Amino acid sequence: MIVNCILAGVGGQGTVLASKLIAQSAMNKGQNARTAETIGMAQRGGCVVSHVRIGDDIHSPMISKHSADVIIGFEPAEAVRCLSYLKKGGVVVVSNKAIKPVTSSLSDSSYDGSEILAFLKESGAKLIVVDGDKICADCGSVKVLNVALLGAACASGMLGLTTSEIENSIKERVASRFIEINIKALAAGAKAATAQ
Amino acid sequence: MKKFLMGNEAMALGAIHAGVNLVCGYPGTPSTEILETVAKNNDGSIYVEWSVNEKAALEVAAGASYAGARVLVTMKQVGLNVASDPLMSLAYVGVKGGMVIVSADDPGPISSQTEQDTRHFARFSKLPIFDPSSPEEAYTMMEDAFALSEKYGTPVLFRPTTRVCHGCTSMEIADTNVINKPEGFVRDSKWIIFPRLSFQNHLKIEKRNPMLGEELSSYRLNTVTGSGTKGIATGGISYEYTKEALGDCDAKLFKVSTPHPFPEKLALKFLDGLTEVTVIEELDPVIERELIYICGKHHLDVTIRGKLTGDVQQAGENTVESVKSVLHAYLGLPAPEKDDILPALPIRPPVLCAGCPHRASFYAVKQAMKGQKAVFAGDIGCYTLGNAMPLDMVDTCLCMGADVTIAQGLHHIEPDTKHFAFIGDSTFFASGITGVVNAVYNESDIILIVLDNSTTAMTGHQPHPGTGKTMMGNITDKISIPAILTAIGVKDVTTVDPLNLTEAKESVKKAAEQRGVSAVIFKSPCIAVTKPSPAYKVEASQCIGCKKCIRELGCPAISMNGEKAFIEPSLCYGCSICAQVCPCGAIKGGENK
Repeated sequence: MIVNCILAGVGGQGTVLASKLIAQSAMNKGQNARTAETIGMAQRGGCVVSHVRIGDDIHSPMISKHSADVIIGFEPAEAVRCLSYLKKGGVVVVSNKAIKPVTSSLSDSSYDGSEILAFLKESGAKLIVVDGDKICADCGSVKVLNVALLGAACASGMLGLTTSEIENSIKERVASRFIEINIKALAAGAKAATAQ
Repeated sequence: MKKFLMGNEAMALGAIHAGVNLVCGYPGTPSTEILETVAKNNDGSIYVEWSVNEKAALEVAAGASYAGARVLVTMKQVGLNVASDPLMSLAYVGVKGGMVIVSADDPGPISSQTEQDTRHFARFSKLPIFDPSSPEEAYTMMEDAFALSEKYGTPVLFRPTTRVCHGCTSMEIADTNVINKPEGFVRDSKWIIFPRLSFQNHLKIEKRNPMLGEELSSYRLNTVTGSGTKGIATGGISYEYTKEALGDCDAKLFKVSTPHPFPEKLALKFLDGLTEVTVIEELDPVIERELIYICGKHHLDVTIRGKLTGDVQQAGENTVESVKSVLHAYLGLPAPEKDDILPALPIRPPVLCAGCPHRASFYAVKQAMKGQKAVFAGDIGCYTLGNAMPLDMVDTCLCMGADVTIAQGLHHIEPDTKHFAFIGDSTFFASGITGVVNAVYNESDIILIVLDNSTTAMTGHQPHPGTGKTMMGNITDKISIPAILTAIGVKDVTTVDPLNLTEAKESVKKAAEQRGVSAVIFKSPCIAVTKPSPAYKVEASQCIGCKKCIRELGCPAISMNGEKAFIEPSLCYGCSICAQVCPCGAIKGGENK
């Protein structure tokens, strides 16, 4: 069995760490993992996508279209940009907060994410919307959105990983002074998903 | 021991396992993390440096190899162009200690100027080349590359592509490393390249390469599998895409892990009994041309399809989908599903970070030159992003260091226009200095703008000669850019903080009035290597909604919230430029101001 997960966001949102935490958690259970990351120029506020694949006999580091079990969208439009990767019956975990690109501010477009979220609701995908701002405010850091979304993705059951397995990876991979707030964000994300 | 590693980390650990003694290179996506990983895992026995550029790196490595050290040189594909002078000669001279030159290719291209193919460089320089298809393969291949290098006394090229470099996977890592004790340099006329020696060595190389091709035909990572009359030849990451696209479908599959010298004997085994072959590779049709050549040489009636026949896309990255489309036409496999129709999405190109000092520098020059005829020659680095609206301040970008020299060429044809050359600090050291010497010597009339952010930002903040740190962790003397410029003979050299817009503008105006070469050094650290200042805020009651801050600066932290500008506090670094631009003083400093 193979689990495919796409993490889509904007450079600087912490998609790379989130993908590493998923892969680490799978490895800790004796599973194999393969990931592909966006590194380089695109990281400067551009679209970034991480591919995480868990299982045996995986060749391509990139997920094929229509085969992702989960899309974790760090931003509504970025989730939709990757929607062709989602398989039938797959789940989309998405932060409701739009990040307005400079191009959009310059052209006076009114992009605020609401139309995109409406599209996602109509798309037929199983949808978990996470109020990232609220969780970040509760945890006291704007930097924990990635882990909160990870919590929600775990709670969906589609990753094949539990929050306690992710928690262990946080302890291994994250600097000690940030472990506590990240674990808090993980739990808050999971709770938000369970409530939906 | 099992580890979860990025391809670049795997290559680094592979080299450490193979007993590498010296590693040098110049940062460049997607190769950068190789050298950084060696430095991170260095027990102190390996000498590691970020060299000033790729040519310097290769020459430092050549010296160490002459003394018997195992050496690794890392760069991106365009870096190999810079290092090509020593490379071509070194191919004739040869090496003593094993030398592996990693040149990472970037199909797409994702972060590069070109889609050039290092496999051509192997053919051009007549050197062997390894082409790993996965991070785990790159790990084991590294040891093979060192062994081959020493067996034949030749440098060996190693060409991963972006998806191998930046792909991560769980893999088995050896617990012990080979220990290589360099013998030391032994004087010998063979280290001095002369026309006569070159002639003799050329003959030796031509004799050696067919032998190498024969040996590589039985290399364990060059394989022929499957059966049938229709074959697929592939290599590198495209092999993995092909395996994935094929699924359970059987086809005769030729995996080429050493595209030069080509494993001809194995190719003949593959071609035996085939009527058609489709070649799936990225960048240039290297394997395809080799197979056409072999079919011609051996009078084989096999149709070879690929990029040359238009069956495979000629540019850009392959994907499992693109390979599926090819195999759909070729083998009748199911076509890939069509993409869903998506709503219009905001365009999100990469931009200068909020708080980036380059934004202030570009803005200051733009303001200072308002109404004057000026051309802005740009260069490679984060500051290439100064081309984006609304700054729109990069008129040319070619290759490392070319800003300085392109501005000179423009000047000679249009002397009445002001010609600016924008160069970053790391680029200045890598290949900008000779251009400035050229400008001063040939009495060109340009304004040099050095964007000194105290780091090599685009590739992830590597130290360089101006930072006072080395990759061995030593503190070293900082090499001063203004002192270099003054020594070269640039008469007017000003250093100014771009975050002080008024001063910055005045400095540019003054420099633009000078004849000859003048220079303004905009010195302000990259936001990633310094602590943020308190965030700025828009006082909504004072904001008149004119959008000047948005229209002129294009800072990703500022957007409109209804009729008022809004600064996203999580993104603001407190650079204060928007406050200096605001016509009604509505943008207020952080709590300490």
